[in-house]
Amino acid sequence: MREFRIFVQKEFFHIFRDRWTTLILLVLPVLMIILFGFGITTEIRNTKFAVYDPSRDAATQEIVNKLESSDYFTLDSYLSSPGDIEQLFKEGRVGFVIVFGEKFYQSMLHTGDAKIQLIADGTDPNTASILTNYATALINTYQQELFASQLIAESGKRGITAETRLLYNPTLKSAYNIVPGIMGMILMLICAIMTSVSIAREKELGTMEVLLVSPMKPFLIILSKLVPYFTISIINYITILLLSVFVLKVPIAGSLVLLTALSLLFIFVSLSFGILISSLVEKQIVALLISGMLLMMPAVFLSGLMFPVESMPQVLQWFSHILPVKWFIIAVRNVMIKGLGFSSIIKEVAILTGMGIIILMASIKKFKYRLE
Amino acid sequence: MKVIEVENLTKRFGSFTAVDNISFSVEKGEIFGFLGANGAGKTTAMRMLCGLLVPTSGKGVVAGYDIQHQSEKVKASIGYMSQKFALYEDLKVWENIRLYAGIYGVPEKETKERTDMLLAELGFEKEKESLVKSLPLGWRQKLAFSVSIFHNPEIVFLDEPTGGVDPVTRRQFWEMIYKASERGITVFVTTHYMDEAEYCNRVSIMVDGRIDALDSPSALRREFAAASMDEVFRHLARKSKNNGL
Amino acid sequence: MLKYLLEKEFKQFFRSRALPKMAVIMPFMAMLIFPLAANFEIKNINLAVVDNDKSVTSVKLVNKITSGGYFRLAESAATYGDAMRGVELNRSDIILEIPSNFERDLKREGEAKLFIAANAVSQTKGGLGSAYLAGIIGDFNKSINTQLKDGAITISPRFWYNPRLLYTYFMVPALMVMVLAMVCGFLPALNIVGEKENGTIEQINVTPVNKLTFILSKLLPYWIIGFVVLTICFFVAWFAYGLVPAGSLATIYLFAALFVLSFSGFGLVISNYATTLQQAMFMMFFFLLTFIFMSGLYTPVANMPDWAQKLSIISPLKYIIIVLRQVYLKGSGFTDLLNSFWMLSAFAIFFNGWAVLSYRKKS
Repeated sequence: MREFRIFVQKEFFHIFRDRWTTLILLVLPVLMIILFGFGITTEIRNTKFAVYDPSRDAATQEIVNKLESSDYFTLDSYLSSPGDIEQLFKEGRVGFVIVFGEKFYQSMLHTGDAKIQLIADGTDPNTASILTNYATALINTYQQELFASQLIAESGKRGITAETRLLYNPTLKSAYNIVPGIMGMILMLICAIMTSVSIAREKELGTMEVLLVSPMKPFLIILSKLVPYFTISIINYITILLLSVFVLKVPIAGSLVLLTALSLLFIFVSLSFGILISSLVEKQIVALLISGMLLMMPAVFLSGLMFPVESMPQVLQWFSHILPVKWFIIAVRNVMIKGLGFSSIIKEVAILTGMGIIILMASIKKFKYRLE
Repeated sequence: MKVIEVENLTKRFGSFTAVDNISFSVEKGEIFGFLGANGAGKTTAMRMLCGLLVPTSGKGVVAGYDIQHQSEKVKASIGYMSQKFALYEDLKVWENIRLYAGIYGVPEKETKERTDMLLAELGFEKEKESLVKSLPLGWRQKLAFSVSIFHNPEIVFLDEPTGGVDPVTRRQFWEMIYKASERGITVFVTTHYMDEAEYCNRVSIMVDGRIDALDSPSALRREFAAASMDEVFRHLARKSKNNGL
Repeated sequence: MLKYLLEKEFKQFFRSRALPKMAVIMPFMAMLIFPLAANFEIKNINLAVVDNDKSVTSVKLVNKITSGGYFRLAESAATYGDAMRGVELNRSDIILEIPSNFERDLKREGEAKLFIAANAVSQTKGGLGSAYLAGIIGDFNKSINTQLKDGAITISPRFWYNPRLLYTYFMVPALMVMVLAMVCGFLPALNIVGEKENGTIEQINVTPVNKLTFILSKLLPYWIIGFVVLTICFFVAWFAYGLVPAGSLATIYLFAALFVLSFSGFGLVISNYATTLQQAMFMMFFFLLTFIFMSGLYTPVANMPDWAQKLSIISPLKYIIIVLRQVYLKGSGFTDLLNSFWMLSAFAIFFNGWAVLSYRKKS
């Protein structure tokens, strides 16, 4: 046992001697939370808009004020001719332009066919549709107010109306979606990539051979390499939770114990992955590339962390099933965001456990083979 | 004629003095051995002479140029072979020669002719098209040396050129050094093989950053009443504060 | 001298096992796979319907919703509770509950209510999904009741430059930038660090090769390869998506050159500080991540909190992505992009100046 402790100590020395690596290991989760939490947001804020208003009457003024006083929009300028719209978009100055019809106020009161065109910059399709939705909603509220003040008569019955409830995330904050994803990414990064690179490094430098001829069991040597990364991932896990609760204001809706158990399971899977990769390669750079291409990139793009899996082509959807991180993210969302219990994540837990065992078996087999 | 002149050369890294106020000179055509235990400051001194390190204080003139202010001119007149094998492993033998010859401005036609001559001399004709990584270590070292003197420098600096090489190849290597010396190239070589020290015209022995002895091998043996250079070296090294012996 | 060094770089590049393959595969990956995966477009939202009415109107409504392409009927639940179970198990994303007497109320009172509950963990899916659903219901409303008017104001949205709102049109020009950043910024830097680790750089350092020649010999090959790869990207985008720049290719090449100059400067700075490949890779990963997320690649910079917007000024990627998108989709010309031009020039001077100052041939 004493030998084991010495080995573990050596691993910690390796990590903390290299200041850059230490810094990155500990700061990375903070950076990711901040970048993803704030950098990826579809919450519309202060989008600039321009107005072309040939009517210039009380109603158009009121509508522009309404848009401008919301948090979503900021008035950029009034245009003197519709021909200026093109130039504004080309410079990328505004998100949309609102074009009022002529004699707006009169048409609204008398003929009931006042016209508004919302011309949005469709370059970013999602933002464009969200913008027009919000602007439409604001204009409609103005109309409702008019109805209420009975300035114009309401046109009879309303027909079907829908009442919408947004479950789990009523204010539609992107952070709710992102936090579980970051957790998966960081744990994967630390456990799989760092472990595989550090084992490959020893192989490359030839020190692995020295360790293997020592009386220590190979299994324990590998285990001693895992302990520091395990510790660091626990620290990262705690950092992520603290940051998400206190900085991003994403509460932990479900059981903390269950969430922690789930994360430990995922750490186990990721560590096994790390060992498997390292038993297959001889060079650090190859370990880095393999884990980067096979684990990191898919984790970012295919796991549903940012982009909905359902929108992808079928082949990519199939591929996403073999990513452990995808199942972990689903399970974390269920427990942490939706506040559900164990029964809701049985399938995910079973899949992760299965994957972990298979990967570990494969890597042990591979590792023994390498020693002979 | 002196091709290297060093006066009170010193290099400090923080509070550690790697080279401590050394002075010496080397004559043209000489084979000058630069001896010392690991960490005695040999490589640091040599790197200063090659213009890779800036001295903390002191003066050095190599091939007539000041090492501090004219290091680029120094570089044009020397050859260098580092302790670590430094040819490109993913280039072929002739490609490495062509690259370095080109860098030093050897005309292309001359390079072509001399490459074949050189390879014939080394017995490498068949390896002309081989990648350097496929050659055994001893061959690579011989090739690296040939490349470092291909442009006929005034001086060639060799930093432990025979580390890890078998005795037969080492012998051949020294024959190549003698040939270079006959061509008028001054050879400045660091080593810790004491038998190699015997091949030098003069040797200096560094201990803890200082030069403790400098003379021809036979004179040194006489001075320390020793049977071999090995004994001379051990005698001096014992005085070191941080010797590993 | 430069000639021999360039010759060496090209030989090494084409002799290495991975690099030439990568140069060919990368544009195809970036142009064909990424736009499909990195897609915020909302399709195939799983809908659970709790139809307590089971009338002609309710069935018609559900048909209309599920035939539009956005929604697919994942489940017809008997009760709201059952449907909720489905949401919990991620079988469905949105619940539509139709109350009993829906049709009767609509006919008798002229008014009827529906209930929508959306899983909003993903704001795009939940938020946009429920908005789409409400939109479809609104259309349905008008279609069954022709006397019904929107009110006194008609609002008609128009989407310029991308009327079909294709997400790929948004991503493809920006992904070209990523390819350029990898080839012209990272590869030469990793190459230099590799020479450091192998010790070959020391051999070069004792030769009369000067700083500028050495660095140029590292950069030029990757610049050339970078532009070839960029051109391949143009063709792939054309064949795969029919996407051609609305503006001029010359503008794109000009700005790409400026970006490449500044980003290789950034790579050089890293190569000056890193001593091992591992360190270099980590530093790059760290900065690239920051640059990307501050660049507006996925969502507009204007949506970010104020401090993040200020921080985004330091991301060179932001400016070149703007250029590529504007030129490709809107046909913006040089004068429309002056801001990006000045910023990229400033980055080029800053990074290259820093690289020259921090580069040491001797220490």
